[in-house]
Amino acid sequence: MNGLIGKKIGMTSIFNEDGTNIACTVVEALPNVVTQVKDEDSDGYNAIQVGYGEKKEKNTTKPLLKHFEKAGVSPKSKLVEFRDCSIGKNVGEEITIEDVFAEGDSVNAIGTSKGKGFQGVVKRHGFRGVNDATHGQHNRSRAPGSIGAASYPAKVVKGMRMGGRDGGRRVKMKNLKVVKIFTDKNLLLISGAIPGHKGSYVIIEK
Amino acid sequence: MDYIKYIHDQITETKDHPDFRPGDNISVAYTIKEGAKERIQKFKGDVIQISGTGSTKTFTVRKISNGVGVERIFPMNSPIINSIEIMKRGRVRRAKLFYLRDVVGKKGKIKERKFFK
Repeated sequence: MNGLIGKKIGMTSIFNEDGTNIACTVVEALPNVVTQVKDEDSDGYNAIQVGYGEKKEKNTTKPLLKHFEKAGVSPKSKLVEFRDCSIGKNVGEEITIEDVFAEGDSVNAIGTSKGKGFQGVVKRHGFRGVNDATHGQHNRSRAPGSIGAASYPAKVVKGMRMGGRDGGRRVKMKNLKVVKIFTDKNLLLISGAIPGHKGSYVIIEK
Repeated sequence: MDYIKYIHDQITETKDHPDFRPGDNISVAYTIKEGAKERIQKFKGDVIQISGTGSTKTFTVRKISNGVGVERIFPMNSPIINSIEIMKRGRVRRAKLFYLRDVVGKKGKIKERKFFK
């Protein structure tokens, strides 16, 4: 087992041994419940499916409800599959933080980034705009510039980076560190920022 | 938020610094590392701001050094702070004294608070 599902709580900072103040994200990772164990025979690959967070029965679709019933667990709001089954837990059993992580581990955090709405190319793609105030420039400081040639090819090539909806996509932050673990409250303190708003689901993987 | 408060309670070593307020003139003794050597330096000035809560609480000290205003922000629970000494208590009417940045001479002087608990 190389990961867990958690919930982003917020950020704070902590002093480490040499006195530097490091920014940390607090993640609540209550025990994840195993809902399904897949293997070569049944599904063609090995994986372990875990659930996190409670969900009302009336808000669960019938197929999913039957899936949870089969596993003998209450409906969960988030299901994630991990390809590493080395933990050897069976369906219905709980996986806690100590089973997976130790202080000092290097981890990746996956979350859905905050939605930014319709954004221009400077924010969305890191274009620089025109930074001149002179040389005939006016109203161009955040403009994309040329988007192609003229009568040949007579079109804008596919994939041209332009303005549009930004954020709200899956983002993985790599090489973060587990700074501290609070087992009694199921909290993880992870160095750096993690994508997503407070209360959003994050996947912490080794 | 209570989780963050819980973490603050767990990770902060409460130091018994004297109870100072914005407007007070304090002297902060802090360690600085020069290669392998460590020594203690003092930063004396007026507290112009106390902000934040829990383990992220900070205070800003402002002094005039050679005619140039210098400000330094210290985390309240920073391990580099050795001690804090209150030199003079000031009587001010606001919590953030940013107006001191713009005033020169006598207007930038803080009246002393002589009666306090």
